Amino acid sequence: MDRSYPRSRKLASVVAVAAAATLTLAGCSSSSGGKDAEEGGANASAGKANTPRMTVALVTHQAPGDTFWDIVRKGAEAAAAKDNIKLVYSADPNAGNQANLVQNAIDQKVDGIAITLAKPDALKDVVSKAKAANIPVVGLNSGVSEWQKLGLMQFFGQDETVAGEALGKRLNQAGAKKAVCVIQEQGNIGLTQRCDGVKKTFKGDLQTLNVNGTDMPSVKSTITAKLKQDGGIDYVVALGAPYALTAAQSVGESGSKAKVATFDLNKSLTGAISKGDIEFAVDQQPWLQGYLAIDSLWLYKNNGNYMGGGEQPVLTGPAFVDKTNVETIDKFAAKGTR
Amino acid sequence: MSMTRQAEPAVTTPPAPGPGRQTDGRTSRRSPALRLLARPEVGVLLGALAVLVFFLVTAPPVRDGSSMANILYQSSTIGIMALPVALLMIGGEFDLSAGVAVITSALTASMLSYQLTMNIWVGVIVALAVSLGIGLFNGWLLVKTGLPSFLVTLGTFLILQGVNLAVTKLVTGNVATDDISDMEGFAQAKAIFASSFDIGGVNVKITVVWWLVFAALATWVLLRTKYGNWIFAVGGNKESARAVGVPVTFTKISLFMLVGFGAWFVGMHQLFSFNTVQSGEGVGQELIYIAAAVIGGCLLTGGAGSAIGPVFGAFMFGLVQQGIVYAGWNPDWFKAFLGVMLLGAVLINLWVQRTATRR
Repeated sequence: MDRSYPRSRKLASVVAVAAAATLTLAGCSSSSGGKDAEEGGANASAGKANTPRMTVALVTHQAPGDTFWDIVRKGAEAAAAKDNIKLVYSADPNAGNQANLVQNAIDQKVDGIAITLAKPDALKDVVSKAKAANIPVVGLNSGVSEWQKLGLMQFFGQDETVAGEALGKRLNQAGAKKAVCVIQEQGNIGLTQRCDGVKKTFKGDLQTLNVNGTDMPSVKSTITAKLKQDGGIDYVVALGAPYALTAAQSVGESGSKAKVATFDLNKSLTGAISKGDIEFAVDQQPWLQGYLAIDSLWLYKNNGNYMGGGEQPVLTGPAFVDKTNVETIDKFAAKGTR
Repeated sequence: MSMTRQAEPAVTTPPAPGPGRQTDGRTSRRSPALRLLARPEVGVLLGALAVLVFFLVTAPPVRDGSSMANILYQSSTIGIMALPVALLMIGGEFDLSAGVAVITSALTASMLSYQLTMNIWVGVIVALAVSLGIGLFNGWLLVKTGLPSFLVTLGTFLILQGVNLAVTKLVTGNVATDDISDMEGFAQAKAIFASSFDIGGVNVKITVVWWLVFAALATWVLLRTKYGNWIFAVGGNKESARAVGVPVTFTKISLFMLVGFGAWFVGMHQLFSFNTVQSGEGVGQELIYIAAAVIGGCLLTGGAGSAIGPVFGAFMFGLVQQGIVYAGWNPDWFKAFLGVMLLGAVLINLWVQRTATRR
């Protein structure tokens, strides 16, 4: 029993230290910013359907930790919650692995599959297997020119080339003469198509620049170096929101007069647009892509509907976000749904 | 690879090399200049200089002071991590988790401060504890299990990669952290980790200064302290080091914790210069750190190397990476150029050493 004395003393001292630490930390709270300054707001939800429970698999080519795909997934989750669907999400940037994940979904006998067609050829076999198993398959995000060839029911996304072309026209309106397209993942088809699209319509000179997307300091110095190497660049075109924000820093540091435009949004980016650090963004509404893909499978199962009539893709972009409309979008972006 | 044994401490060499060396004609005949060239860090210095001259000739923008500052900045973010990675490698171990550990640290500081609305410094200090803890875990597991560090840290690499993503998503609901630039203490922390200053009209990043300070410190530790001797000893031969009384366990674990410290520092730099962190970043960086150390003359097998070599190694990496852009070469070939330039520089390094050590 005499052991209890030191033990309780030890406990008391632990409690004392913890209390002291709490007090110290309480003195350290930040009076600005942080979670406390965050505005509350419920995510979009529209009740819940009373249709029978079904399981849908969403298989994308997302690289881990990409903000863009997180928004797609949130849209899919919102639709799943509304439609009484159990959503099984999986992703792998390697096309072979993505095909395996689709096979996995077929083996699970899901009621529907939504896939992205970043590398359509690699998914051809597995899509026909799904059809043989009578599982409806819809496409989203990438593969706007291939979805019909593969026999997908419907498609939701943006034609990357069309989006690039729209951005190129916008650059012409802004009077740009020389732009640089920053590719954060060399060899990615979608990113290359965007730059090619810009090149098609842009009347000035467009160069491309490959940066190491997994290392931000490197992205920053490489863009700085490019702006230094070619002082005539007056527009930097980023292909993702985080890279656009970094490009804006590079522009500031290099003393260049270049402006920044980008594809895709996130919540820091809308802030940068309202501050004027970034001129405009091309939005393809990723949340809508995820939402519609899942919702379409529910509609097909419960009412036999086809969106786009089964012939035409349902385009979710390109939509422009700039100073004139950023305020309405900002509050949705802050929730991570735009 | 006898020529890389330039800084071997007394512990791993036979107890009485003195008289032997004097009678050995091979060393006495070599001139001091050749002996200097035989040092691996001098070889890599010459390699880096060759690349520098190459780019000074082919890429006019490199001649500008601010371009050099930009190259040094890129080098410093690699170099600060390459230093502890090099020390660890001299100590005979790898750390494959070093790249994602940087992001783990940045995520910890950012999310803790933001979610609890705390002063930034609370997050910074907790992140330091977490980073050192990861190093401690790596080292402890290695020493306890006797598994190769390649396996142990490959495990932590994968774990951290998953944890970074899952915890960020769990806590913030997104895959990137929230902007913390308007929080208390941010300006102070930015001044330390991510500020810049002007020298003669050229804007230099503070990380360059930290990089050189850390390199000087690491050199001093390696060459002038008992701990430095221990590092060489455990990397050379663990058993004989233990036999002569070197605390092997302590040395190995502390080296891993040193990598943790480096990860924390670079993580803080990333956080305070970009305000937010993406949870998927950092993958692949570990190889660049290791490459900088190896180019800098650290043996992959341990037991030999220096702290100054990796400085030049990192500089060479930064130089090639940015030089290609300054030169305005076709970007599709970027990675290929990078590889060719690095191989070329390493070959120059090797050739210089061979020539210098030849009798």
